[in-house]
Amino acid sequence: MAGIGERLRSRILSPSWLAILTPLAAVAAALAVGALMLTLLGVSPAAAYAAMFDGALGSVNSLADTLVKATPLLLVAVGICIAFRGGMLNIGGEGQLILGALAATTVILALPDLPSWALIPLGLVLGFAAGALWGAVPGVLKARLQVNEILTTIMMNAIAVQMLNYLLRGPLMDPAQVQAGSFIPQTARFTSAADLPRLVPTRLHAGFLLAIVVAVLAWILLWRTTIGFRIRAVGLNPFASRRAGIRVSRYGVLAMILSGALCGLAGAVQVMGVNHRMFTDGSSAGFTGSAGFNGIVAALFGQLHPLGAIPASIFFGGLIVGANAMQRAVQIPSAMITALNGLLVIFVVSSDIWRRRLVQRQQKAEAAKALAGAEPAPT
Amino acid sequence: MIQDLLTPAVLLGVAYSGIRLATPYLYATLGETIGQLSGVLNLGVEGMMLMGAYAGFYLTFRTGNPWIGLLAAVIVGALLGLANAVITVTLKAEQGISGIGMFLFGLGMSELLFRMSLGSVETVRGFAALRIPWLGNLPVIGDLFFNHSLLVYAAYLLVPVVWFILNRTTWGVRIKAAGQNPAAADALGVSIARVRYVTVTLGGVLASIAGASLSIALLNVFQQNLTSGMGFIAVALVYFGGWSPWGALAGSLLFSTVNALQNWIQVLGIPIAPDFALMLPYVLTILMLAIPFRKARQPAALTKPFERGEG
Amino acid sequence: MRKFHLTAAILLIGALFLGACGTPVPTQAPPVAQPTTAPAQPTAAPAEPTTPPKPFRVAVVMPSAINDLAFSQSMYDALLAVQKEMGGPDNFEIAYSENMFVIEDAAAAIRDYASQGYDLVIAHGSQYGSSLQEIAPDFPKTSFAWGTTLDTFGMPNIFAYEARSEEGGYVNGVMGAMLSKSGVIGVIGPIETGDAKLYVEGFTAGAGSVKPDINVSTVWTGSFSDTALASQAAQTHIDAGADVLTGTAQMVTGAITVAQTSNVPWFGTQSNQKTLAPGIVVASQVYHWEVVLTQMIDLIQQGTYGGQAFAINLKNGGEVIEFNPDYPLPADVQTAAENTIQGIIDGSIPIPITY
Repeated sequence: MAGIGERLRSRILSPSWLAILTPLAAVAAALAVGALMLTLLGVSPAAAYAAMFDGALGSVNSLADTLVKATPLLLVAVGICIAFRGGMLNIGGEGQLILGALAATTVILALPDLPSWALIPLGLVLGFAAGALWGAVPGVLKARLQVNEILTTIMMNAIAVQMLNYLLRGPLMDPAQVQAGSFIPQTARFTSAADLPRLVPTRLHAGFLLAIVVAVLAWILLWRTTIGFRIRAVGLNPFASRRAGIRVSRYGVLAMILSGALCGLAGAVQVMGVNHRMFTDGSSAGFTGSAGFNGIVAALFGQLHPLGAIPASIFFGGLIVGANAMQRAVQIPSAMITALNGLLVIFVVSSDIWRRRLVQRQQKAEAAKALAGAEPAPT
Repeated sequence: MIQDLLTPAVLLGVAYSGIRLATPYLYATLGETIGQLSGVLNLGVEGMMLMGAYAGFYLTFRTGNPWIGLLAAVIVGALLGLANAVITVTLKAEQGISGIGMFLFGLGMSELLFRMSLGSVETVRGFAALRIPWLGNLPVIGDLFFNHSLLVYAAYLLVPVVWFILNRTTWGVRIKAAGQNPAAADALGVSIARVRYVTVTLGGVLASIAGASLSIALLNVFQQNLTSGMGFIAVALVYFGGWSPWGALAGSLLFSTVNALQNWIQVLGIPIAPDFALMLPYVLTILMLAIPFRKARQPAALTKPFERGEG
Repeated sequence: MRKFHLTAAILLIGALFLGACGTPVPTQAPPVAQPTTAPAQPTAAPAEPTTPPKPFRVAVVMPSAINDLAFSQSMYDALLAVQKEMGGPDNFEIAYSENMFVIEDAAAAIRDYASQGYDLVIAHGSQYGSSLQEIAPDFPKTSFAWGTTLDTFGMPNIFAYEARSEEGGYVNGVMGAMLSKSGVIGVIGPIETGDAKLYVEGFTAGAGSVKPDINVSTVWTGSFSDTALASQAAQTHIDAGADVLTGTAQMVTGAITVAQTSNVPWFGTQSNQKTLAPGIVVASQVYHWEVVLTQMIDLIQQGTYGGQAFAINLKNGGEVIEFNPDYPLPADVQTAAENTIQGIIDGSIPIPITY
């Protein structure tokens, strides 16, 4: 999609303070509308937002929860950065998360006697690979048969959920469950050798650090390697790239594979760092927390830059954690939180126009200055 | 076992159920097709469907008259569509993201309003099935095609209407130009903004009616997240249908018929794990796309906000 | 032109919210249908909990909405019932987190409630087990309850509770088979696990005990919430000749309305579903969690915070078959049902479910 490339350029070349200020102003506006809705529900907005802030940042535990929430968002967002830059829209994060988690689950359940230093990398690598595979299918279908990737990824999300249900109801179900006759669709608890190590005595696990490392690696990949350059070239201008001898379809597929792989890694990290078993509630969101979709939003909040994805994911994670805390504290229906979440996304994404206008104005001013400096003074 | 599936009674049952439940997909896909042809992607269809479902349901519940419910759904859909137009056309927001925001907003607001106004799950008497006088009494096809709710008939009648508008009127030309080559259209005096405002608002109305078709015609109930992903499938079906109303019809029918089929597979006790049966519609959709019998290209300007001078 | 668009945008958003203003707004906690009719038979009287000097505080974390007419609503209604019995919100405080289908969010909620000093934190969902296992040791003075399961992890401050839903399923099955003239019954289920599986197996066994050659076919929709799929499944059952329907999970509202249109009798479970279709709902197996809740509360007040498992069943009144007075149930069916209930209670009717 060539159009994305052009728009990307305008979004990235901007003074960083504008990039941060405009979305923050939009968040404030959305929260103001939210305050109105809260008042209509008979709840004090001050109490509600205080609870939200407290829930996200108010204590060591809250902060840990925020970062734990941010981890899969970050991994997905970095993957989305790579995909978008390669001209691909990967809406299949949910399915890739599930496949990655399933792969890690299968190997952990199959080899419970391995020591940590072998089991953890094995789980992560298999998660990465499974996600890569699930992302490769839409990628190849697009490259070879021009099947639109939005369509295939949406379909493959649904297929992944059914695979998950099937496996957890049958082959992977916890034998203890079968014995007890309760038949809850979940696996046995993993051996603690598979648990990701904890940082600080809270729920924060090493997966967060891994995600940061991955973000940095992605930045290096995209801007410091030939492969990365080609991916970006293909996304910005496929015609010119083809003319320059770059195999456009190959790098598009690569972008999808990497994107899927990172989502798969996120799934493995979740199942090994947070849940320690695999389960389903019939939909994908019970396990993923919709990270496959929220990660897309986080990626765009971060201006589609892997390093920008870090603060964006943490912010978004805090928002979700804080919103849940707010729901508990003032006892509003969770639907209010969902609506508020939607408003936030709409406001932030709509505010971008002002940032771009300011950037354009600034660029025009700079161009005018440059011209004035270059021309000889008229005599 | 499989032979049980191929009996006329079962096939007719599958066809009837497929025709019936294709309705919400059809409305939503048609609306999204028009919007996408003009260059705007709306991923928030699901949210608009839910709001329409709620509005239709609540007004029908309060007044006892499904027509008033339908009117409410149309108004709500128009408002949401208009809001979406402001966001995507005037504010030129990134459409994939604003769509997700619209989805979340619609999902949350519909349930919130439901809690505030009703609280507990209720049923209504919506648009019941209407047998068309003479046609409805024909053997076999009478039952199959002419014994549906009004909203179902309207959805199918909409397909040729939309085709006509898109392919035989100047409006259709403008819509497709706005999506294919907005710069050229703009140079020829077409107001891209106005075209897109109309298509996006119309998209909202149709999505809203799609939701109402669930709550006041097919299911006669409203619940949190009633649509359960239909809106996103509808967006996918636009691609499947090659941005044509007939393609939308084919996609909606395929999808809901295969769903009906997997129900029968389970009812007849055919030994396929239900999870695999449930995968069928999705797998089939992908397979059908892999067959290269139609090379529909997406509108060149899809998701690109138009700015004069930018092109 | 730009200014016009901006004003239009602001007016539009304002209009949307003025619309919200129009609907009646409660000034406090969301309105929920009051718990439905009192149980048809007096419950095996639970010990009356002694009024505590300060309010007993309960928090519950649920995977779906409090008004889902199924799993979550059954617990919420039970809590309201206990609250009423204990004299109101001043004596019994309830806090809830609904739609917690994301496990880690639920874990955060459970931990939050525990650290706020709630006396009892209920994790109403089998998927919350791992989280509970991690959190409970950190709060030895807080009592946790986990359902639906019997596993307390051997911890002193976790109670477990479950529903023997196969019992009511069996009774419903007996009635269904007697009412069916075509010999075909349709069942709509979510996923073949947990208490859904138990209910369906019990129902099938019950139906088979009346007519051994009865055809009970089940469609698993793969989701707890997809109402449209449930309605399609119900329609398919009816097309296949079913003249009695039943099902479990919150999506069955879609099936119930189809049953209503075709005038097919419906048997419900988890909550009393007659409000949805008073003409065709025959009976519902209603979960009265109050029975186990009051036992837990008693134990907590005496200093025991966990380590026991409870089940609601027909015998202790935790499960009650609530007949719909508006449905004209033939007398012989009613008698058969009551005999079956008695038989299950005194153990003379074993329910064969696969383990």
